[in-house]
Amino acid sequence: MKRDWLPLLLIPALMIGALPLIGSPASWVTLTVAGLAMGLMIFIMASGLTLTFGLMDVLNFGHGAFIAVGAFVAASVMLALAPWMTADSIWLNLAAIGPAVLAAMVVSGVLGLAFERVIVRPVYGQHLKQILVTTGGLIVAEQLLKVIWGPDQITLSRPTALRGAFLFGDVAIEKYRVLAVAVGLVVFAALALTLNRTRIGLLIRAGVENGEMVEALGYRIRRLFVGVFVVGSALAGLGGAMWGLYQETVTAAIGAQVAVLVFIVIIIGGLGSVGGCFVGALLVGLTANYIGFLAPKVALGSNILLMALVLLWRPQGLYPVAKR
Amino acid sequence: MLRSILSDDLPRSRWLALALLAILVGLAVAPFLFPGAKSLNVAAKICVFIVLAASFDLLLGYTGIVSFAHTMFFGIGAYGVAISLTRMGAGWDAVAVGTVAGLVVAIVLATVIGLFSLRVRTIFFAMITLAVASAFAILASQLSDLTGGEDGLNYRLPAVLRSSFSFGDTWFGVRLNGRLLDYYLVYGASLVLILILLRIVNSPFGSVLMAIRENPFRAEAIGYRTVVYRTIASCIAAATAALAGALLALWSSQTNPDTTLSFDIMVDILLMVVIGGMGTMYGAVIGAVLLVFAQNYLQDLLAIANKALVGVPLLANLFHPDRWLLWLGVAFILCVYFFPTGIVGRLRQKR
Repeated sequence: MKRDWLPLLLIPALMIGALPLIGSPASWVTLTVAGLAMGLMIFIMASGLTLTFGLMDVLNFGHGAFIAVGAFVAASVMLALAPWMTADSIWLNLAAIGPAVLAAMVVSGVLGLAFERVIVRPVYGQHLKQILVTTGGLIVAEQLLKVIWGPDQITLSRPTALRGAFLFGDVAIEKYRVLAVAVGLVVFAALALTLNRTRIGLLIRAGVENGEMVEALGYRIRRLFVGVFVVGSALAGLGGAMWGLYQETVTAAIGAQVAVLVFIVIIIGGLGSVGGCFVGALLVGLTANYIGFLAPKVALGSNILLMALVLLWRPQGLYPVAKR
Repeated sequence: MLRSILSDDLPRSRWLALALLAILVGLAVAPFLFPGAKSLNVAAKICVFIVLAASFDLLLGYTGIVSFAHTMFFGIGAYGVAISLTRMGAGWDAVAVGTVAGLVVAIVLATVIGLFSLRVRTIFFAMITLAVASAFAILASQLSDLTGGEDGLNYRLPAVLRSSFSFGDTWFGVRLNGRLLDYYLVYGASLVLILILLRIVNSPFGSVLMAIRENPFRAEAIGYRTVVYRTIASCIAAATAALAGALLALWSSQTNPDTTLSFDIMVDILLMVVIGGMGTMYGAVIGAVLLVFAQNYLQDLLAIANKALVGVPLLANLFHPDRWLLWLGVAFILCVYFFPTGIVGRLRQKR
C-alpha cells in the first residue's frame, strides 16, 4: 500500500512557516517544544478514543470522564506522597510520580471496563443513543468526582526536579515539557509497534478495516474491543494525570474541557486512524502555541479554524478510514 | 378549531392532555396564583425553556441529529438583544435591531456548520458543534468590550417593561406593573413559537425530517436531499433558539455566559428533551417544566435528605443539594435505555 505522506509534511511546514512570523529563533524553539508537548499529551488521551471508534463504531462522549479521573487519582496519590514530591532528589520525585501515574492508569482502566459494560454495551450500533448515553455517563461521572473529592479545585505543584527550565543560551525549555514529549513519544512508539508488529495489532487493524470479516475468520472482535477500550481509558487516565501536572490545578470540569481538544484532534486526523490522530494532535498543539504567542485574542478560535481548513481539504479528515 | 391550532397533533392521551392544560393555564395565571418575584421568575424561565427545548427536539427527536451548539444560538439571541439595548439605549428599536441581528447571525452560523458537517455523518455534526460551541463560549467571555466578559451585561429594559411602569392599581392583589406586562409578553411569544413549531413538524417538511431520522439512505433514494433538509432543520432550530434567547434577555435585564452559553444549559436542554420524550413537541414542554421545577425545588428535597444523613460520610455528600444534577443524570441514562420515548411516550402507550 502506498503511504500518504502529505499530511505528515504539514507538521514541518507549519513549524517553518511560523518561524518568520515569530521572528526570534529562541522563542520559536520554546514555543515549538511547548506545542509538541501539548500535542503529545493530547495524543495520549485521544488515541484510545479514535481506536474504539474505528474498531466498533462507538464514539464515547464520556471519554473526558477518564481524563478527569486520572487527574484526580494522580493528584491524590501525589498529595499523599508530598514529602517525596518536594524532596531535592530526582529519584524520590520519580518514586512519587510513578505510583501516582500507575494508580491513575489502573483506576481509569477499571472504570473503562465498567463503563463499557454498563453504559456502552447496550447501545451498540445506535449512534444517537450512544451519544446520549455516554454524555449522560459524563454528567454522572463529573458529579461523582465532586462527591468524592469535593467541589473545589485541587492545586498541585510539580516535583522539585521538574520545575524550572533548561537554558541553552537564550533558549529556555521547561523541564516538564521535555518529559511530556518523551512520554508521548514512548506511548506513540509502543502503540505503533503493537499495531504494526504484533498479532493483536494485526487483528485490531483488520477489525478497523472490516470487522465482520475478522469475526467470520473466528476471532472474537468483542473481546478485542473491550481490551482496546480499557487500554484507551487507561491512556486517557495517563494523559489526565500529565495534564493535571501541566496545569498544576485539577477540577472536575477538566475532562469536558480537554475532551473538546480531543474531539478536534480526532476529527482532523480522520475518525478511527491512530496515525491521523498523531498528526492532528501535533498540529493542534503547535497551532495553539504559535497563535497564542502571535495573537492571544484569537488563540481559542485557532483550533476551530485549523479544523475547518483541514476539512475543506479532506472532508473525512487527514487519514480517512477506508470503509467509511 | 382546536385541531387546526394544534396542527392536528392532539395529545392522544387523557393524562397528557390534562398535564398540558394544567401547564397552559397554570402559566397563564401564575402571576396571580403565586405572587412574588421568585415564582414569577420561575414561570418566565419555564416559558423560555419550553421554547428552547422544543426547538432542540426538532433536531434531536424529529431529525435524529445531536447538536451541542444549541446554547450557542440561544446565547446569540440573548446577546443580540443585550448588546443593542446596552449600546442603543432602552427603546423598542434596539430590541428589534438586536433580535433581527441575533436571528441573522444564528441562521448564517447554522448554515455554515450544517453544510460543513452534515454532509459526512451525523456523528461529525455532534463533535463539530461541541467544538464550535465551546470555542464560542470562550470567545464571548474574551471579547469583554462587546459582551462584558464573564460578568456579562446589565442593561435597562424598555420603559414599558420596567417595574416602575404602572398601568392601573392592583387586580386580585397583584400590582399591574411593567414586569407583569413583560411576563405576558414572554408567555404569549412562547405560546406562538410552540404552535409554529407544531405546525412545522406536522407539515410535509416535518414528515421528510422524520423519514430522514428513520432511514437516511431511503430518504435520499426517494429523492430528498438529506443534507439540505437537515441543514434547514438546524437553521429553524437555531432561529427559534435565538428567539428564545431574545425573550430571556428581555425578561431578565442581564445576560451573562453562565445563563446563556454554558455547557450546563446544554445539559439541561438534553435532559429536558430526553426525559420528556423525544420526537414530540409535548415531550419538550413536559420535560422543560419538570426540569426547571427540579432545579428550583429538588435542591430543597435533597437538603432534607442531606440533613438526615449528616453523620454518614460519603452518603451525605451524595445527597448534597448541589448534586441534584447527579440524580437527573442517572434518570437520563435510565430514560435512554428503558423509556426511549420518554414520559409522553409512556403516557400515550397506555391509553
